[in-house]
Amino acid sequence: MATGSLSRHRALGLTDYEYARIGERLGREPNDVELAMLSLMWSEHCAYKHSRKLLRRLPTGGPRVVLGPGENAGAVDVGGGLAVAFKVESHNHPSAVEPFQGAATGVGGILRDVFAVGARPIAVLDSLRFGEAASSERSRYLLERVVAGIGHYGNSIGVPTVGGEVYFEGSYEHNCLVNAMCLGLAPRRRLIRSAATGPGNVLVLLGALTGRDGIGGASVLASAELGEGDEAKRPSVQIGDPFSEKKLMECCLELLDRELLVALQDLGAAGLTSSVAEMASKGGVGIDVDVSRVPPREAGMEPFEIMISESQERMLCVVAPERVGEVLAVCERWETLATAIGSVTDGGRLRVLDGSGVVGDLPVSVLVDDCPLYDLVAVRPSDPVYAPPPAVLTGRESPADVLLALLGAPNIASRRPVYEQYDSIVQSRTVRRPDDADAAVLVLPDGSAIAVSIDGNGRRVACDPRLGAAEAVYECAANLACVGAEPLGLTNCLNFGNPEKPHVAWQLVEAVEGIAEACEALGVPVVGGNVSLYNEAPSGPIFPTPVVGIVGWLPDAARAGRIGFVQEGDAVALVGPFAPSLSGSEVEKLRGRPPAGRLPSADASAVRDALEAVRSGVRTEALRSAHDIAEGGLAVAIAECCVAGGIGARVSAPAGVELFAEAPGRGFLVSGPEPALADFPIIGRVGGSELKIAGQLTLPVSSLREARARGLAELVQIRC
Amino acid sequence: MKFGVVRFPGSCDDVDALTAAERVGEAIMLWHAERELHGVDAVIVPGGFSYGDYLRAGAIARFAPVMEEVAEFAADGGLVLGICNGFQVLCEAGLLPGALLPNVSLRFVCRQVELQVVDAGSAFTAACEPGERLSIPVKHTTGRYYSPRPVRVLLRYAPGENPNGSQDDIAGVCNERGNVFGLMPHPEHAVDPLTGSTDGLKIFESMRAQLGDRVAV
Repeated sequence: MATGSLSRHRALGLTDYEYARIGERLGREPNDVELAMLSLMWSEHCAYKHSRKLLRRLPTGGPRVVLGPGENAGAVDVGGGLAVAFKVESHNHPSAVEPFQGAATGVGGILRDVFAVGARPIAVLDSLRFGEAASSERSRYLLERVVAGIGHYGNSIGVPTVGGEVYFEGSYEHNCLVNAMCLGLAPRRRLIRSAATGPGNVLVLLGALTGRDGIGGASVLASAELGEGDEAKRPSVQIGDPFSEKKLMECCLELLDRELLVALQDLGAAGLTSSVAEMASKGGVGIDVDVSRVPPREAGMEPFEIMISESQERMLCVVAPERVGEVLAVCERWETLATAIGSVTDGGRLRVLDGSGVVGDLPVSVLVDDCPLYDLVAVRPSDPVYAPPPAVLTGRESPADVLLALLGAPNIASRRPVYEQYDSIVQSRTVRRPDDADAAVLVLPDGSAIAVSIDGNGRRVACDPRLGAAEAVYECAANLACVGAEPLGLTNCLNFGNPEKPHVAWQLVEAVEGIAEACEALGVPVVGGNVSLYNEAPSGPIFPTPVVGIVGWLPDAARAGRIGFVQEGDAVALVGPFAPSLSGSEVEKLRGRPPAGRLPSADASAVRDALEAVRSGVRTEALRSAHDIAEGGLAVAIAECCVAGGIGARVSAPAGVELFAEAPGRGFLVSGPEPALADFPIIGRVGGSELKIAGQLTLPVSSLREARARGLAELVQIRC
Repeated sequence: MKFGVVRFPGSCDDVDALTAAERVGEAIMLWHAERELHGVDAVIVPGGFSYGDYLRAGAIARFAPVMEEVAEFAADGGLVLGICNGFQVLCEAGLLPGALLPNVSLRFVCRQVELQVVDAGSAFTAACEPGERLSIPVKHTTGRYYSPRPVRVLLRYAPGENPNGSQDDIAGVCNERGNVFGLMPHPEHAVDPLTGSTDGLKIFESMRAQLGDRVAV
């Protein structure tokens, strides 16, 4: 018996130490149902056991914060009685195994997180990473299917995909990253929490039937490295049904509008087990669940399967007994299945019943609070972790040729072949579409607007995890400043390798410190996020990839900034503490150099001043265009302004600024009438049909446009 | 005048169509499961993915109870506008000729496109000039129009703008009687300078002008 249970818990992903701890807490051995539940609740994905201590470092408070970490999504006040809820989450491993459904259900999951707090989803953004698509057929396949999956879900459910990013690096060859961010809008008073309260209240399961899909997804896929034979894990990937979720979403929002719910929670990783445990834990109550009342999709499901199924498009709510009839009536109108499956109790225990018999009985605290939290053993690696990329440039090309190569590089080229596959305009709020501006802008009912951007650059974080992660925050804030928005709150997704390896732990610790420092410097609270670890193949870990999404606000949607140069004769100025270096830059990558070297340091107060200067210049319309200088440095940024505006420019690079060197988040390229730019160093003028950089290059805007249009389009071949 | 916007489960652009119509008149939602048009003067079948469109775009929605009323309304000469999925539904319901096939690219495409008004003599295009160009977005996977017989075309994609391989660059067609119009582009997403162009308003204004003559106010 003892050896049997040993192999049993190991197969479920628990260590011997953890299993012993369970026995100690319970005073007995768990039965099969309980062990299945515990193995998921104590998985990395649910318990954050390698990252929870670290995440305490992030600043979470602020005057605009309405919901902070711990709820299904964070939320900030945007004025007018409205709040914006938002969160980013990864669906990396499912997407590596089955890209279309993995990405689709990633979108479905993050949408549920947002409407679980009572907000109507109004926008989705995606941050994607793949291997080198130019040389890897598998990466091209993943790109195509992930994009199709995101579109399939977001387009069909009527939530616009307004932005995102995609990068290609060899380190993601075996571990693509699919991070989806969703924003929702709600009257502040409609926001709801997930705490179950009121013993005697009824637990109602909403939405899809419960099947065997996704069983063990949280522990099998999300908490271990991928390797050979992953096809066998395919049954662990869920199948998405956006039509069901559309009905479920409308149904939940109507239930909240009618004030029929005590609490609401989505079902995600670890299914009913996690949702019930979380709701009970937050409310300080117990819950009885009767699995015989859960509508099954197939016959003969075991109680443990029902408790851990990750079938999609389900929600759980707590309802006062006298309102159950009304709840069921609303659900019927939306053709959404609703079933009373249990009740709130006052004992702090999660009891699983199968009809009249009790098949599992655990203290909620053991499920939610007792998983051991591990300290990371972080050691700075002495040897390079990442191999150099294949060289595309020799280093002897002319500046003009380098610029064209950069504009056509998959990491910089126009994203149009991707974003055209997403509906970016449904719901009629989209004031700035992809490519119009550095951030998406969505108008609010009073004419003000929210802006949102998502950013991360794993190569730079690989050079220096602390500075690289801070740069992601600065760049994201810079993108918002370019449309005139001030940051209100941040969400992040920490995508890393195996944290039990000291060099990966070091990357993680340093990156969290970098995010925390940058957030403190800019006064931006972290209101939620997600951690995805074990993104590692036998060939090594992915680039450390913290992805940050910031939501900001601007007073007048009509004045939101744009990238493109506008007016012949306008002055062009370079704003900010821009002292770029070649380390970790795109041009170094094209020259076959590994991610190494010193990143330029960031003077937080100078960054703050630059953000403020650009923001106010955009808001007053003193600036006619604004664009942050990111991948590819000054030359690429100017080229992008020319292409977006369909007009040329003549500039001189300031002394000491190499054309292709990078310092994301610290430099801005703005244009406007010369008097309006009096406070900024002017580097040139808008006009003509060519880009001329004094002493370096002259290229027609049309050739810049063509190079930029080709880069990604060649990788996203239309198949007939 | 009062517009009615049909809401199927899976409709996505229903609220957009409602608020666009409200710029020129009153508008209410019509529920798919009710055989009732609530006395509206014109019907809009909006975009989206009615009933999920897992089978064939619009194939299920044509059987919705409300569609019986819409068919009767159209038979009586009432104005019916189908946008995107609504166009697909009207073709499936036989209220418009032809069919919408998958895009040549086999992919979803969301893009601002230029249209040409081919026929400015209809109830839906009377506010336009003949040959006028309209900037209106498309967003669909199944928008390639095909008809084996000649049809009355109101809108075409301008040269070089066809996003889906549609036959003869057809973007929108009406029935012989001229009271039912379907188009793939989304005029309801071109009614506000903040979010794009305002060229789509002309479709709604045309309908209002047409009904203004007929409907007792």
